Amino acid sequence: MNKQMYDKKNVIAGIVIFAVLVSFPFWYNLGKAAPAPELVLTDAAKAAKECVMSKEEMKAGHMQLLDMWREKVVRESDRIYVSAKGKPYVMSLSNTCMDCHSNKAEFCDRCHNYSSVTPYCWDCHIDNPKAEVKNFKVSENSKEAK
Amino acid sequence: MENSRRDFLKIAGISALAVAGAEPVLNAFASEHGEEASKAAGFQKEEKALTAKQWAMVIDTRKFKSAKDLEPIIEVCHKIHNVPDFSKENKRHIIKWIWEEEYKHAFPGDASGFTDERIEHLPFLVLCNHCEEPPCVRACPTKATFKREDGIVLMDFHRCIGCRFCMAACPYGSRSFNFRDPRPFIEERNPQFPTRMKGVVEKCNFCAERLAAGQVPACVEASKGAIAFGDLYDPESEVRKLLKSNYTIRRKAGLGTGPTIYYIV
Ligand code: SF4
Ligand code: SF4
Ligand code: SF4
Repeated sequence: MNKQMYDKKNVIAGIVIFAVLVSFPFWYNLGKAAPAPELVLTDAAKAAKECVMSKEEMKAGHMQLLDMWREKVVRESDRIYVSAKGKPYVMSLSNTCMDCHSNKAEFCDRCHNYSSVTPYCWDCHIDNPKAEVKNFKVSENSKEAK
Repeated sequence: MENSRRDFLKIAGISALAVAGAEPVLNAFASEHGEEASKAAGFQKEEKALTAKQWAMVIDTRKFKSAKDLEPIIEVCHKIHNVPDFSKENKRHIIKWIWEEEYKHAFPGDASGFTDERIEHLPFLVLCNHCEEPPCVRACPTKATFKREDGIVLMDFHRCIGCRFCMAACPYGSRSFNFRDPRPFIEERNPQFPTRMKGVVEKCNFCAERLAAGQVPACVEASKGAIAFGDLYDPESEVRKLLKSNYTIRRKAGLGTGPTIYYIV
């Protein structure tokens, strides 16, 4: 049987262009892996020395921990977390985590941007309550009620 | 064809049995690993936390003269809970946890055509009734709204998908929907309490965050004694004492939702 390819030149050129385009992201970024982000610890975080879990556990599992905290605080009304070392912490993203890590841009964001995740914690939780809390006051007749 | 189908069914059946048989083993395996992850870590209530079987309120309306008396109470609640103010923007977007209502609207079933003058003009404070049989909880498809062990009908904002079934189910209009991002409409926010986001329903939380810290709700504190708060099932509680010695009414009690906000009129 006589096999014949019509428009051979065009077809092959087309295939080559297609292959180049598809693999473009791979060879374009070859050897240029983005450097791992460098996180900045605030003085408060440095002074505390340890987090609620070990650094490795936090790196790998802070999202699961926060999810568990949510479950406990909201549904079971437990508000205290006792760490493996026996130290109690109030389970609160804003009031505990962000109390030390008050530098969201240099701490949370750097890693989240690097790994291209956009958690929506900050749509509701306030990222640096300490900076604001001094200015927040309720009116005279309800001063106690904070 | 016939044969291979039979074989398939047989194998499927046997595998199902095998999985069912292995389940306890799998569970044991999983829990062993789960425990390892949270070795000594534990969870506790705050020591000062107030607890009850069913929190309830008694509002003594005799102690309110005009709407002015209610203002500071409403203000403190909305302020500490970062409730946005849409009143200048769009009346339909207003979000309220606690507000003022006329007798005939708060108690539509009870209003006779001729209410006495004091009651007719009396401002009633209304909020979520933290019903004992809450219809909003039944309607919520995601369990974002649920009844907590202390009787509070609470919301897990993380889980709310904004379907608003709960709003349709609540006969008291206690729930509000965030049609827009509420943040720009919070004049001065309480940094220790989260805000909400667009597409989420919200309502009074009976100050769950304050109870956890051993404080009574903010509206109770700001009411200068007009609102009592306590455990409905503790005969010695303040609310029970008031209920024993005063005639009280509840909003639309005939619907069977078991509202736990009582009004002395
Ligand atoms: S008053 Fe409405 S929102 Fe509150 S518990 Fe009852 S039904 Fe639910
Ligand atoms: S709007 Fe939210 S809380 Fe209400 S029923 Fe839907 S998911 Fe549940
Ligand atoms: S109990 Fe708390 S959340 Fe509910 S109306 Fe009173 S102050 Fe607001």
